[in-house]
Amino acid sequence: MALTKEITLSRLQDKFGDAILSHDEPYGLLTIEVPADRNLDVIGFLKNESDLAFGYLTDLCAVHMPDQKGREIAVVYHLHSLTNNVRIRIKCWLPESNTEIASATGLYAGANWMERETYDFFGVRFLGHPNLKRILNVDHMEIFPMLKQYPLEDSSREDKDDRFFGR
Amino acid sequence: MVEAPAGVEGQGFFATSLDSVIGLARANSIWPLPFATSCCGIEFMATMASNYDLARFGSERLSFSPRQADLLMVMGTIAKKMAPVLKHVYEQMAEPRWVISVGACASSGGIFDTYSVLQGIDRVIPVDVYVPGCPPRPEQIIDGIMKIQELVKNESLRRRNQPEYKALLASYGIE
Repeated sequence: MALTKEITLSRLQDKFGDAILSHDEPYGLLTIEVPADRNLDVIGFLKNESDLAFGYLTDLCAVHMPDQKGREIAVVYHLHSLTNNVRIRIKCWLPESNTEIASATGLYAGANWMERETYDFFGVRFLGHPNLKRILNVDHMEIFPMLKQYPLEDSSREDKDDRFFGR
Repeated sequence: MVEAPAGVEGQGFFATSLDSVIGLARANSIWPLPFATSCCGIEFMATMASNYDLARFGSERLSFSPRQADLLMVMGTIAKKMAPVLKHVYEQMAEPRWVISVGACASSGGIFDTYSVLQGIDRVIPVDVYVPGCPPRPEQIIDGIMKIQELVKNESLRRRNQPEYKALLASYGIE
C-alpha cells in the first residue's frame, strides 16, 4: 500500500508516542512538533525506515516569534519522501536564551549550507556542524539580522527624512 | 569629428597647449570597465548596442581588465560583501582613472535600505559622476559619460600629483 500522510503520522506516533507534541495539516502539509533534543531521532527514523524513506531535505530554516516566551525560535525541517511523494514539516521550538540544536549534517549532506544560513540569520548554533560560520552576510557582522529586535534598515543611511519614511 | 581646442592657427601650423590636446585624446578614447551587478547593467547593454551606440563617444572598447581601463562604471546594487571586491578593482586601475556611479543603488543604496547593502559606493571609492534613475535610461547613461568627458578634457594631466587628489584617496585609505 502506498505511503500516505496518515500512515506516516501513525508510524511516528507508534514509535515516539508523546514526543510528537502536536500535529496539524495547514494547507495540506503534514506538520509535527517535536522536542528540540529529539530532532535527529525523528528525522533519522523518517529517513532510514525503508517504507518511509524521507531521503530528501527540502528546506531547513528558522522562525523568530519574540512574543512566545520560552519558545521564541523554531527550527523548521521540510522533508520529502521522493519514492512515495509525501512531504512532512518538523518544527523544534527553542528558547531565545539557549538556541542550540543537534546538526542534521550527519543525515543529510545538504543540511550543511542550510544550517550555516540559519546560523547566519538567526544565530541558531547547530552542535556537531563541521564548519558553522556565516555564509551570506559579511564575516564581521555582529548581529543576527533576522531576529526581530534588530532593525531591517541600514543605520548609516543619510538621505532619508524620518518624517517621510516612518523611522 | 571633435572640435580642435583653442590655439593659434596660421599657414601650415597650429599651436596649442599639450594639456588640451592630450585631454582631447583621452576624452574621446575612454575605455570603460563595466561593473554591472543588476538591472542598470542591462540598461548599459542597451547603451552599448547599436541603437544608442556608446561607440560614438569613443568608448566602444570595453576593458574587462582594470589595468587597461580608464573609467570604472558601477551599475547596480553593491552588497556589503561585494564592497572589498569593488575597492580592489578600483585599486588595480592605473591613473588616470575615473568612476561613474550609475543608478540609485550604486549612488545611495536606492530602495535597498537594508543591513546587507552598501549605502552608496562613495563609501568605499571616490566617485566623479552620479547618474540618477532606477534604472536610468540609456540617454541618461550617455549624459553621464559626456559629463565624464568634460572632466577628462578639463582636468590637469597630472591630477594624481595634486595634493587635493592625494588627500581624497587618503580619506578612502587608498595608496
